[in-house]
Amino acid sequence: MNSTWLLSLGGGALIGVAASLLLVFSRQSAGISGIFAGAINPNTSNADRSWRVMFVAGLVLGGTVLMFARPTVFGSSVRSIPWLLLAGALVGVGTRLSGGCTSGHGVCGLSQLSARSLVATLTFIATGVVTVLLMGAGGSP
Amino acid sequence: MKTDSFKKLAPLLSGFVFAIGLGLGGMTQPLKVTAFLDLFGHWDPSLMFVMGGAIMVHMPVALWLRKRDAVTGTSVAVEGCGVVAPAVNQRLFDFKLVGGAAVFGAGWGLGGFCPGPGLVSLGAGSSSAVAFVVGMAVAMALFAKVTVPHAKYRLPNWLRLPTR
Repeated sequence: MNSTWLLSLGGGALIGVAASLLLVFSRQSAGISGIFAGAINPNTSNADRSWRVMFVAGLVLGGTVLMFARPTVFGSSVRSIPWLLLAGALVGVGTRLSGGCTSGHGVCGLSQLSARSLVATLTFIATGVVTVLLMGAGGSP
Repeated sequence: MKTDSFKKLAPLLSGFVFAIGLGLGGMTQPLKVTAFLDLFGHWDPSLMFVMGGAIMVHMPVALWLRKRDAVTGTSVAVEGCGVVAPAVNQRLFDFKLVGGAAVFGAGWGLGGFCPGPGLVSLGAGSSSAVAFVVGMAVAMALFAKVTVPHAKYRLPNWLRLPTR
């Protein structure tokens, strides 16, 4: 087991701690696409919005702190801006249709032994693989 | 009192720890994500350990809490992101689940970002993350506009058709 894998395992464990914190103290699944979608939806009630905004603020703040403490964790992007806008749009629609993303289905759903989350996770990894196969892994072409 | 204020701050702390985990784990490097998905090229399996590590820690907690809640009668949002209420008779496959996940995977492979790392990288001031998050937010807002919020348009009981 090399050091990159160990670091990934450690980072993953922290994600597990974070998801557990939210589940135990707020009784919410840490599915980021759903939390974010609810935070920006005008129909969300104020009580429901506040914890979502706080979670998203924690994520963004964490990014800012990491930028100063360990800037090497942020890698260069894969595609140009128009492609990234399209990628974001696909992620937005796809996660709202299927009710979860890598965190919601991949971490929380699988941890709850949800069979539907397993179906979703295998599906998005499969189409991700196909997309990279068609478009290339990006970077310097 | 003390537990009360901690409860209020728990989402902020959770988001913060989540971000550190995503960053250290390698999820905020789009090229690492596409390398993980490059199964038939130069495959980098390390991101598998991120998911593995997260599940190893979270699963015992989630299952313990579910067991405890079953005893006390409390309910937790179970499926996915918790927006979808855990229905009793949900099928294993349906168009929304599989089609939606397929579209999400395509976007993930295209940009190298999923929602969490996109927001974390936004906090780091990455311009590509700004583009990704703008695309995601606009799509989510449009999606919310075209889908009918069930609670708002529910017919009164006496008008509803009998269900089988």
